[in-house]
Amino acid sequence: MKIALLMKRKINRSWQVDILLFLLLGGFGAFMAVPLIYVINNAFKPLDELFIFPPTLFVRNPTFENFSDLFQVMKNSWVPFSRYIFNTVFITAAGTFGHIILASAAAYPLAKHKFRGHKVLFTVIVLSLMFSPHVTAIPNYMIMSTLGWLDSYQAIIIPAFAYPLGLYLMKQFMEQIPDALLEAAKMDGASEYRIFFQVVMPLVKPAWLTLLILMMQMLWGTDGGSFIYSEQLKTMHYAMGQIVQGGIARAGVGAAVAVIMMTVPIVTFVLSQSNVIQTMASSGMKD
Amino acid sequence: MPGRWELFVRDMKRDKHLYILLSPYMLLFLLFTVFPVIISIFFSFTNFNMLEFPQWVGWENYSKLLWNDDVFLIGLKNTIIFSVVTGPISYIACFVFAWLINELNPKVRAFMTLIFFAPSISGNVFFIWQIIFSGDSYGIMNGFLMKTGILYEPILWLQDPKYMLAIIMLVQLWLSLGTSFLAFIAGLQTVDRTLYEAGAIDGVQNRWQELWYITLPSMRPQLMFGAVIQITASLAVAEVATALAGFPSVQYGAHTIVTHLMDYGTIRFEMGYASAIATVLFGLMLGSNLLVQKLLKRVGE
Repeated sequence: MKIALLMKRKINRSWQVDILLFLLLGGFGAFMAVPLIYVINNAFKPLDELFIFPPTLFVRNPTFENFSDLFQVMKNSWVPFSRYIFNTVFITAAGTFGHIILASAAAYPLAKHKFRGHKVLFTVIVLSLMFSPHVTAIPNYMIMSTLGWLDSYQAIIIPAFAYPLGLYLMKQFMEQIPDALLEAAKMDGASEYRIFFQVVMPLVKPAWLTLLILMMQMLWGTDGGSFIYSEQLKTMHYAMGQIVQGGIARAGVGAAVAVIMMTVPIVTFVLSQSNVIQTMASSGMKD
Repeated sequence: MPGRWELFVRDMKRDKHLYILLSPYMLLFLLFTVFPVIISIFFSFTNFNMLEFPQWVGWENYSKLLWNDDVFLIGLKNTIIFSVVTGPISYIACFVFAWLINELNPKVRAFMTLIFFAPSISGNVFFIWQIIFSGDSYGIMNGFLMKTGILYEPILWLQDPKYMLAIIMLVQLWLSLGTSFLAFIAGLQTVDRTLYEAGAIDGVQNRWQELWYITLPSMRPQLMFGAVIQITASLAVAEVATALAGFPSVQYGAHTIVTHLMDYGTIRFEMGYASAIATVLFGLMLGSNLLVQKLLKRVGE
């Protein structure tokens, strides 16, 4: 009897509660999805549909006008829109790549070796997860101005290399690599660098993809903060803000930029979802 | 017997490669995270405007902040209301939705994960809420309420301090199923399935008991991590507030500690005073994180 009971996948489940919980899930799922659906539909609405009262959620006569307008209108502006796209792509690509390399290199000794200072370093990393970059915004401004980095790409890119969350997740993930594997590599005469590049790095691919998602999402959405003033160096997020400020007349073009902005991180996440979940499984903090 | 110093040198030599691997990251981390915290605390005791040499003023910035700066107190009040409401709600929501999603089959699970996670990664698409709550009748919310006859004329949602904070909270909640949500989904998948079977034999009656006695204790490490991420984010709210309600917002209805910090740091250039604000924020974040960590250790006891 007991065995038969255990064979059923779901124990302790009643269908009334199931229905209630899934209604809850469906309701909140709709709350999450509707604004995104609305913005995607807005991007394809022709001008007259944007002004219908009451406003509609779905588009009736989809058009690509808003996208072509975006490039047409912005081409004639002081800074072409393609320049904003380039800035965003460049900052995101350079910052994410550097972060993945430096954070992995630092995570490996912390995860797999005991050396003088390893506990202190890790404690500092964990503490720094507990406050947001806003706390350091003012001193960072002073540092940037001392270094002469104000109004340059590196003011955004270089600090991104040393973002604490990435190192933390990478270190937690690397701890799962069996020590025996590293011992074996050492027996064969591999140096620490070789072990890191040829044994550890291929094994932690899910963690790279996770850092890729997190850093990309952060940098892709950056507006340059208080570090970048000149129009030529500003990002798409900033341009989007300017377009949206234009009010309802620009709503369609604004939605088109938003769709371009959100597509890249979402597609990347879809492609790497299972890897991200795998990495997050090791994210926990022990007491 | 080698002396302490010799031991130290020997260890450093042995681990030289490890320090080389660590150093690029650590140098940047020290320069852009640790060092800024230290100088921020130092400058908070001075008046520094980036032009003149800083002068030591002791606790003056702090006393001015707490006793003479009404706008800071509004910001502090808003931040606390904000984090006390959105922090726990979004933390619980992250867990509840992760838990519900976990019971679905893998394909639907992946799809629902995307639906819940998408707002938090789609960059700055939250401006869409500005259009939804736009003050004229073209705003979705006004349009809908006027069509159904609940309203006769449009409400200036984002200019009225009565509604501002609530709308920002709503949008912040919409955005908040991020990193900790993923950590919870992952944590749930790693809970040992045999524990549930053992639990059923040992007399666990329903899913609520299962949750409290088995699921939550098994994923305590993820719960801790999630708490840190959520607390830090909910105390740092600013982007959504300034994007939706403007900066400064009407009657400072959406003013927070971070917007106050930006005001003094990047507009007025009173760096000493701004550093004091940053130090208060730092203390608040660290303090509440350590407190909540202590509380979470009791889960499932």
